[in-house]
Amino acid sequence: MSRSSYLFAGIFGSFAISCFALVLVPQVQLGGLQPQVDEDAGDVYPVYNPRKGREVYASEGCFYCHSQQIRDPQNGLDIERGWGARRTVARDYIYKNPTFLGNMRLGPDLTDVGTKEWRNEDINDPRKPARRDAAWHYLHLYQPTVIVHESNMPPYRYLFETRKISGQRSVDALNVATKDGYEIVPKAEARQLVAYLLSLDSTHPLKEVKGALAPAK
Amino acid sequence: MTAVAAPEIKPTTAVAIEAVPAQAAKAKVSIERATIDAAAAGPVLLFFTTAIGWLLLSTVFGFITSVKLHHPGFLADCSWLTYGRIAPAYNLTLTYGWASLAGMGVGIWLMSRLCRVSIRYPGFLVFGALLWNLGLVIGILCILAGKTSGIEGMEIPRAAAAIMFLGYVLVGLWGAILYRFRRKSPVYISVWYLLGAFFWFPWLFGVAQLLNGLPQLQGVMQSVVAAWYSQSILVLWFTAIGLAAAYYLIPKVVNTPIYSYNLATIGFWTFALFGGLTAMVRLSGGPIPAWLATVSIAASLMMLVPIATVTTNLIFTMRGHTQMVYYSPTIRFTYFGTVAFAVASVVGILTSLRSVDSIVHFTQFQAAQHQLVIYAFFSMIMFGAIYYITPRLVGCEWLSSTLIKLHFWGAAYGGGVLIAMLAFSGLAAGLAMIDPEATFTQVIGIGQVYLAGHTLAIGFVAIAHIIFALHFLLMLLRIGQPGGAPTLFAVPGEEKH
Repeated sequence: MSRSSYLFAGIFGSFAISCFALVLVPQVQLGGLQPQVDEDAGDVYPVYNPRKGREVYASEGCFYCHSQQIRDPQNGLDIERGWGARRTVARDYIYKNPTFLGNMRLGPDLTDVGTKEWRNEDINDPRKPARRDAAWHYLHLYQPTVIVHESNMPPYRYLFETRKISGQRSVDALNVATKDGYEIVPKAEARQLVAYLLSLDSTHPLKEVKGALAPAK
Repeated sequence: MTAVAAPEIKPTTAVAIEAVPAQAAKAKVSIERATIDAAAAGPVLLFFTTAIGWLLLSTVFGFITSVKLHHPGFLADCSWLTYGRIAPAYNLTLTYGWASLAGMGVGIWLMSRLCRVSIRYPGFLVFGALLWNLGLVIGILCILAGKTSGIEGMEIPRAAAAIMFLGYVLVGLWGAILYRFRRKSPVYISVWYLLGAFFWFPWLFGVAQLLNGLPQLQGVMQSVVAAWYSQSILVLWFTAIGLAAAYYLIPKVVNTPIYSYNLATIGFWTFALFGGLTAMVRLSGGPIPAWLATVSIAASLMMLVPIATVTTNLIFTMRGHTQMVYYSPTIRFTYFGTVAFAVASVVGILTSLRSVDSIVHFTQFQAAQHQLVIYAFFSMIMFGAIYYITPRLVGCEWLSSTLIKLHFWGAAYGGGVLIAMLAFSGLAAGLAMIDPEATFTQVIGIGQVYLAGHTLAIGFVAIAHIIFALHFLLMLLRIGQPGGAPTLFAVPGEEKH
């Protein structure tokens, strides 16, 4: 073999090894993952999240600040902080496309933000709302600092519109001051996004995750 | 020539006559180089010009992004400029606009010089550069408009990525053709790295884009492919081109052969083997099989071999010539980049360890590491290369050493402070994050302290980039010192250039 052939063989070989070890083998291991079906209870986990809202989540780039992965206690305090009941594993994500795993936490993890137990405050903090419902999320999206004074989250006022009240005030109208006779209501994107956020719940027990059978209280 | 054979020539005359063919050979080499440079000038200058345009744009995006990190309300009512869109736009313009285009320009020029072949049909390279730029413009506009793939590191929509890919194929092909018709053997170290980069890039880009379009690739595997792509592109594309340029510029400008070919060989092969295996550190601790992260941690530790050998080789080549850092702009930038390479790599190894990773994983420390590679190492070497190459393409030398000096200090101090602020912010937040007493809001507040400094640093970097761009523009307009001797910071005691 000439020097050039060695060079090419090596360049190709090193790439092939990388591709094999980090892409092909994991795909063989994970590619066939199926949802967990509990025939007694008749439930299937995981299920799809609302697609439209997921697209808004992507297009606004929420995942640059919010992760969607719960790590086990030896890797951090994710569970202790109230972000989730158990660590997440590959099976949790089979219908998540994209997965929005996230590389940065400039905001809290949102894996389980749709659950009643989810919190970002201290467990005894009186500011923890009974439930982060749609109204809470709308207000928080519109002006995060109204809810968390120190928040570093940008406001998403452009996902809302100010319109004239015709007849009754809308049920979704935000509880913020505006011109007389007008109200601020979420646009379709905001509704879709909040529906998506409320669907986020990976607390369902999985047989491959030990010590996580009971959801966090 | 025939006179040499005549026996009655006196020794003194013989010396004089021997000098003539030596001079003739030297002149021949100069003419050959000039021919090669003339053929390369069009496409390479286009690569540089568009790269610098993207550099300016990315600096603007970077500034806006950095302000938003401590003043989230800044420009918040314009959906096109929301943090979740401008942050990726900043990253993508920096890596695919500035860094990749500069890298391709430098790579093609080096290939042409080192293989001693003139570029034929440079129009195809020009077309390739234009396609890449077109694809990137579409991609960035899509992201600002909210049309993103939603996969971090691969946000550019597939159609736009395909246009960029086509553009790249022409560049890669031309690189391969230059190698095929090389007139110099054995090939120099830089050519190994360039061939690697030119080959690895399209495979990484193509395979990652293709796989993420397949329905069989579900859930976490998408993140695995995205992490594999983003990390490998840093190592096998940017680092490879950066090292190719360093391996050329340092021995060339200080006028000494490289310290050791054996070290270079070890360095290259361990780099190629382990570099492509380090990617899963990015998902360490995440919902992936544990063995996957372990493989990458092991590979990261093994990266110590190429890092040590490459750095030793380059630094030892400089031994006895370190004063060149004071005289030569090219060497000053390249040397800075080489040291940054060592620092970035060692930091990369340390953070691959699980104990360190679990602290810094979700923090700005990752951004600091990215900037260490892309800016402090790669971009600085590209600046050095552009300072070296451009005069050879336009026929005049840089107008002012003061402007180069200002660029260097702005980029070095600004870039250094930028990285330090991100690193401090990440470390502080990471340490608070593992403290159960600190609420998450407090964690963020602790990390935010340093981010105003980050904005200030980008301001310095911006000034440096504007100076650099203006200086480059003057070169394009052929406004500069007369060609011949390079523009130096100071006149060295002994001319070595």
